[in-house]
Amino acid sequence: MTRYVIGRLGGVVVILLAVCLFTYLIFFKLSPDPAVMICGKTCTPDRIDSIRTVLGLNQPLLTQFWEFLQGIVAGRDYGTAHCSAPCLGYSFQTNESVWTMITARLPVSITVAVGAAILWLLAGVAGGLISAVRQGTWWDRSAMALALTGVSVPNYVLALVLQYLLVVKLQVLPFPSAPAFSDNPGLWFESYLMPWTVLAIGYACLYARLTRANVIDTLAENFVRTARAKGLQRSLILRRHALRPALTPITTIFGMDFAGLLGGALITETVFGLNGIGKLAADSIAKNDQPVIMAVTLLAAFFVVIGNVVVDLVYTALDPRVRITSA
Amino acid sequence: MSTTPTLLEVEEVGAAAGGPPTSTQRILTRLVHDKAAVLCLAFLLIVVLMAAFAPLITKLSGWGPYEFDSSAINSALGGVPNGSLGGISGEHWFGVEPQNGRDLFARIVYGARVSITIAISATVLTGILGVVLGMLAGFYRGWVDQLISRVMDFLMAFPALIFMIAILSSLPAGNRPVLLVVVISAFGWPYLARVIRGQTMTLANREFVEAARASGAKNLALVFREILPNLRSSIIVMSTLAVPGYIGTEAGLSFLGVGVTPPTASWGQMISSSVSWYSVDPMFFAIPGAFLFLTVLSLTVLGDKIRSVIDAGEAA
Repeated sequence: MTRYVIGRLGGVVVILLAVCLFTYLIFFKLSPDPAVMICGKTCTPDRIDSIRTVLGLNQPLLTQFWEFLQGIVAGRDYGTAHCSAPCLGYSFQTNESVWTMITARLPVSITVAVGAAILWLLAGVAGGLISAVRQGTWWDRSAMALALTGVSVPNYVLALVLQYLLVVKLQVLPFPSAPAFSDNPGLWFESYLMPWTVLAIGYACLYARLTRANVIDTLAENFVRTARAKGLQRSLILRRHALRPALTPITTIFGMDFAGLLGGALITETVFGLNGIGKLAADSIAKNDQPVIMAVTLLAAFFVVIGNVVVDLVYTALDPRVRITSA
Repeated sequence: MSTTPTLLEVEEVGAAAGGPPTSTQRILTRLVHDKAAVLCLAFLLIVVLMAAFAPLITKLSGWGPYEFDSSAINSALGGVPNGSLGGISGEHWFGVEPQNGRDLFARIVYGARVSITIAISATVLTGILGVVLGMLAGFYRGWVDQLISRVMDFLMAFPALIFMIAILSSLPAGNRPVLLVVVISAFGWPYLARVIRGQTMTLANREFVEAARASGAKNLALVFREILPNLRSSIIVMSTLAVPGYIGTEAGLSFLGVGVTPPTASWGQMISSSVSWYSVDPMFFAIPGAFLFLTVLSLTVLGDKIRSVIDAGEAA
């Protein structure tokens, strides 16, 4: 088991390195000269040269990349300034440390992701479960039609519709502003409610469809027939026998979706003006702020690959069948 | 989100594999007898016709997509359209854009062109990449499989949306639609390839492939004559479900300002420019929003129906 985990983590490092190198190469090739960008419009050639030297831009590409990696692990020096351990460089736009920018915004993205995840898990799994148990009834058909509709609404369209109805027309919610929870819990909840809902609806609909399909498949299995033949009650069969195998695959997908969101819900955060990682990504791309783009890409990739490993480990723990075959 | 076919769709499709193919005839007869499917087909037909005959239609409606009509907007009020409902009138069927008075109907019609061309080209490109690479990996195994699978892992670990935006915004203007198709497909094919790879592995061990091999068929013939026809239903289902996804992606990228550039019309871009107007002119947002939603919905419903017909056919 330990060997397996170590092997997987090795794979993670390789993928992250590949993502890193690829991102680095692409932006090195595509972007305008960072030294010119930092320097601004009133710039002398001397100053550009000195910026190049400080950033190490006059060195070969691979040396630069190596220094970037060193910076993340051990910190690095820019001229006289020292940038300590997880050093992702400084923003070309604001000169802030990229690491500080990210840690400042991560809580917002986490709040958005966690709230939405709770909503969609509850709504999706419960809806799918009820649909599966009442397969073919009026409830099932309307719930599944609704789920198909929900999957089809682009989330920025939904965001704007909700904003128009709830904030402008009915004025029941404030415009989302991401206040601190400790300042005003009520306002905090109200202003996150719309982003949570918008993000959750699409996922909830997918999860409802998946849960329904899984539960129906499981209820058709032989062990359920055996349990029924023993004379067990339907509800007991569902709870004791069917639920676990039916819901295990959901944990896999949930892990991946949730990990993806931790790296920033780009569209939702941008539409609602929430200062999370997603908005940071959009802003830095708009301003061509390479160190920040690099950092958010890496962070998002990091969450996805780690999520992948965690999902596989959790799956092995939940589903004994996988354990036997992998041993 | 609607950027790439989710893992979930992949898993759902992946479950139905390897049975005898369902005939196109049968899929069509089933669809024609389903009210919802007919409704969706009808709507999609309208959108496709709109896209195909855009210049002709705008000639009939009187206004082109790039013509400014300053008489339709009230410049004293900052460019709000004259009249109620965003300026809907006999002259401008869907009203006009605030501020510059371009005809919304014409822009919707031309926007349909962009959405549909991009989504279909991206589906074809991902389809070719996904099927070919997936079959190669599944058929040859060994180092070919290792190589292709690692590339897929790498691409799927990538934060595709962030990266698509970053690439598109730093590339020189060039031919935007082509760039969009290439970028969308580059990140989209692994989801199809993974399913195809798995199914090819199963199929490659089946008796009929063995038999063909024993009777002297070359590898190429095995792959294209024996295995490919059996992958047909998976490819059909995944492609029909991919089209709405790519329409959403294109609209999303244009919404974020890195897709199709103005003055070319695109639904996502129209929604994006309506953001600053939605409290005074909700119709400017509602019309492109509704078209986008209905198109994606119709395609999703249709894809879902096709899948259930194929699943039923395989179970039988």
